[in-house]
Amino acid sequence: MTTSTEKVAVVRDTYTRYNPSERANHWLVVVCALLLMLSGLAFFHPVFFWLTALFGGGQAARAIHPWIGVVLAISFTFMGIRFFRQNIWTKEDSEWMSHVGDVINHREDKVPEAGRFNAAQKLVFYVMFWSVVTLFLSGLVLWQHYFGDAFPIGLQRFAGLVHAVMAAAMIITMIIHIYAAIWNAGSVRAMTRGPVTGGWLWKHHRRFLREEVGGRK
Amino acid sequence: MASLQSLDVRNRSASTAVPPSVRKDLEVAKLIDVSKCIGCKACQSACMAWNDLRPDVGVNSGIYDNPENLGPAAWTVMRYTEHEEAGRLEWLIRKDGCMHCTDPGCLKACPSPGAIVQYANGIVDFVQENCIGCGYCVKGCPFNVPRISKADNRAYKCTLCSDRVAVGQSPACAKACPTGAIVFGSKESMVDHAQGRIKDLQSRGYDKAGLYDPQGVGGTHVMYVLHHADRPELYSGLPNNPEISPMVALWKGALKPLSMIGMGMALLAGLFHFVTKGPNEVTEADEENARKLKGRDAA
Ligand code: SF4
Ligand code: SF4
Repeated sequence: MTTSTEKVAVVRDTYTRYNPSERANHWLVVVCALLLMLSGLAFFHPVFFWLTALFGGGQAARAIHPWIGVVLAISFTFMGIRFFRQNIWTKEDSEWMSHVGDVINHREDKVPEAGRFNAAQKLVFYVMFWSVVTLFLSGLVLWQHYFGDAFPIGLQRFAGLVHAVMAAAMIITMIIHIYAAIWNAGSVRAMTRGPVTGGWLWKHHRRFLREEVGGRK
Repeated sequence: MASLQSLDVRNRSASTAVPPSVRKDLEVAKLIDVSKCIGCKACQSACMAWNDLRPDVGVNSGIYDNPENLGPAAWTVMRYTEHEEAGRLEWLIRKDGCMHCTDPGCLKACPSPGAIVQYANGIVDFVQENCIGCGYCVKGCPFNVPRISKADNRAYKCTLCSDRVAVGQSPACAKACPTGAIVFGSKESMVDHAQGRIKDLQSRGYDKAGLYDPQGVGGTHVMYVLHHADRPELYSGLPNNPEISPMVALWKGALKPLSMIGMGMALLAGLFHFVTKGPNEVTEADEENARKLKGRDAA
């Protein structure tokens, strides 16, 4: 009995965390979001203006930025539809959130079990969702080349403010999201390659593991 | 306009460095006396001639305003208002164009370094070679002046003939005006000159005559003498108390440092969390637990 357990310990059981189309969708959003962040920061603060060089200069960066935004909006819509159901907020999530201090301090034994996405991931999802919606709409208003004269000036000014505020919120959320993936070892592999181990699910998404295991009966 | 001029720059868009500020230049101003204007459009023609601008031929829309609005190739436009007061018809004709604000909203909003400059003499100039065509200057301007060309995605507006002023000439419009309604000189002398005109108007029954030099934008380097200075909106919507919109002020002001601090804090929080807590790694015990769970459920 003990020997067979040891054998299994070498051959780890793995679960597919993200399937290929989820991964492709996610990375399309990532590429767009990074390009938008780099060009957008250039327009936001003079210390970043040099970033326009990455896009071939100021005029080119100004021209390409909204088109990348359109691609992001479309690809994020697909991702939103894909992950929407698993990101619905529940009572358990509020409970999980009240233990966020334990999460940060590696005291997982005190944290309630999470489903496929934990409460913090759901929050990231919501912030991203609302950022993309507001950035897309305000971005249309700011799109000088096509809609420069289409909207009243008060709305244009409001759009400029909203676009900057929501972009800052989105960038901060992206930093947190990326850091969480680096910090929780195994997450990056899940999004780049797909699989996670049973132990990883046990540690981070135990309720989801239970459902998976139960479902496989 | 190009930036190669014998004028010192006081302010430069999207630039954090202090511009050269050793020399003090004389502030200039253009004074437009609306009460003297006969609406002949000599100034409009002179502007086109000097700046070599040929706006597309438009259509007659039944009013004298032609072209109907400012445009990338129409930096000044005469706006005609028929106004009745005390049973008398008044024809209020205002030469519209950039006001060359002391606190220019266009420059504050512009994200491209050096696309908008303010010379030490007060002239606000767009430097097209640095312009990226974002249209933020349009949002920043309280006077609805900048226009972005569809042909080259660059912003244009009145330069106050900075190229002429740089070599000691007055703007082309002032030179061309046959009635002396447009005068140009130091800001101080223009304010003085205006006082004389206002006194004259007041003695003729325009007791609300006054100078339009709005302090909400720190004063302007294009000023008007108005017969109804208490109601500037009569003159084709000249704003009463213009100022940079609070939304633009927040967007281009406090929000910049606040967001930078927010992003910086998020990065530092991550860094210090990582070096103090380390990565959150899956242990062999977790794997074991997962296997047990699977085994039990499968059994
Ligand atoms: S369009 Fe206006 S705000 Fe944008 S870069 Fe050109 S001058 Fe600056
Ligand atoms: S009137 Fe508008 S374009 Fe002219 S200096 Fe003022 S803010 Fe800039």
